[in-house]
Amino acid sequence: MGGTDVAGLIWTGVGALITLAIFSFLYRDNVVYKFVERLWVGVTTGYWTMLLYHTSFTDKVLDPLFRHFSTQWFYLIPTILGILMWFRMSKRYGFVARYALAFYIGISTGVYIPLAIKTAILFQLQGTIRAIEPSLNGIMFAMAFLGILCSLSYFFFSKEHKGVLGVSSKIGIYTLMIGFGAGFGLTVMGRVALLVQRVIFLRDYGIELFHAL
Amino acid sequence: MAWYERVLSVDRRLIYAAMGVAVIIPAIFTMHIPVTLSSEVRAVHEFTEEVKDGDILFLAIDFDPSTMAELLPMAEAVMRQVFENDGRLLMSSLSQFGPPMANELITRLAREYGKESGVDFVYLGYKPYPAITILAMGTDFRVPFPLDFYNQPTDELPMMAGVHNFDDVEGVIALCGGNAADMWITYVNAKYGMPVALGVTGVMAADYYQYLQSGQLFGLLPGIKGAAEYEQLTNTTGGEGLRGIPYQTTTHFVVLFFIILTNIAFFAQRSARARMRA
Repeated sequence: MGGTDVAGLIWTGVGALITLAIFSFLYRDNVVYKFVERLWVGVTTGYWTMLLYHTSFTDKVLDPLFRHFSTQWFYLIPTILGILMWFRMSKRYGFVARYALAFYIGISTGVYIPLAIKTAILFQLQGTIRAIEPSLNGIMFAMAFLGILCSLSYFFFSKEHKGVLGVSSKIGIYTLMIGFGAGFGLTVMGRVALLVQRVIFLRDYGIELFHAL
Repeated sequence: MAWYERVLSVDRRLIYAAMGVAVIIPAIFTMHIPVTLSSEVRAVHEFTEEVKDGDILFLAIDFDPSTMAELLPMAEAVMRQVFENDGRLLMSSLSQFGPPMANELITRLAREYGKESGVDFVYLGYKPYPAITILAMGTDFRVPFPLDFYNQPTDELPMMAGVHNFDDVEGVIALCGGNAADMWITYVNAKYGMPVALGVTGVMAADYYQYLQSGQLFGLLPGIKGAAEYEQLTNTTGGEGLRGIPYQTTTHFVVLFFIILTNIAFFAQRSARARMRA
């Protein structure tokens, strides 16, 4: 809440009205909703543009090249690469932008791929293949491990899903469904949380307004 | 029209109205819903409890107002816990719309606990491209952030004396509303070997449990439930997480009711069609 002062109440009131305007879309599309939607797009675009100007353009281009050129002249290289990206606008010289992109993608993949293999494959395999302890956690881990193997078998298409493969792929699809169900449940919780936060905001504002009046 | 057809073609506005009623009930009547504690949330709490007497925790506020409903209560509870134990916070905010929101929170809590910027906490602020910024912080926090959020030279802040990179903090708790979560795992845990815990939205949570089992994360705060559990562990009164649980309960009843009702209608329709074909 913005506080119990008049200015705070007015600003919070604007927030409450905008919230109600967005909720009005639940009934049907309308001019108030459209206005607020465009207001949001306009504000965020303006905010982001200025944020990037101050956090990227000023300290990575303007300051190094125009204020500290003698010590930070090397910022000229990424600046030139950045300018090359604009050549995408030209049909004739569009290919020039590829040099900048190649530089960027080359560095990104070089840094990311080894770490992604480590994070998403090696550490995950290490976490999956381990000794099973004689405890409840151990039983849960064994079930999860079985579920992983069966889920993988579901995607094995080189043999008809009959017999042992049929049973394992069936267990696999149920395991996947449990995973999707958990994901769906958490998604509902997340979406409801957004609604709840707005309702609490409106409720608190209503109480504050009532006391102020 | 048969009853099941009427159910299956229900006006969506009726469902919205039912949800509206479900969120109004807890707003009027006080309800107490117990919150069960999970091991992944306890792990984050236990880790943070050890951050005391000048230790530094890196807290990443990588979300913006669109996900603040779930993540801001977590941020507040973690900050309170650190300040109560006289720990120190080093913070960044790598989501473009998050920095003012994070500033508002840290300013309010610093005032409440009598903490000073640059001494008890350092708020580095925002830089674009989280992956590059995180990698650069692994070299030295001063590389991507020569100035902090308040335009003070980072190098001159008393708290930053001897603090250069992730080796100089106890661990990282990253509260993420987007794919920055992957970057904290990939770069800070895998590359720099730092203990990392995540706080994520409910929508994202299912994708990050596998990193708990593999030990890449030492803890996980999943959505508003995670926030409520954390508030319970830290005895935070009036926190948004715990306040939201009664609403979550009533709305989930509505969602479950419609899921069960429409499934019954679906199977009734299928059997009626089978009877007609026979």
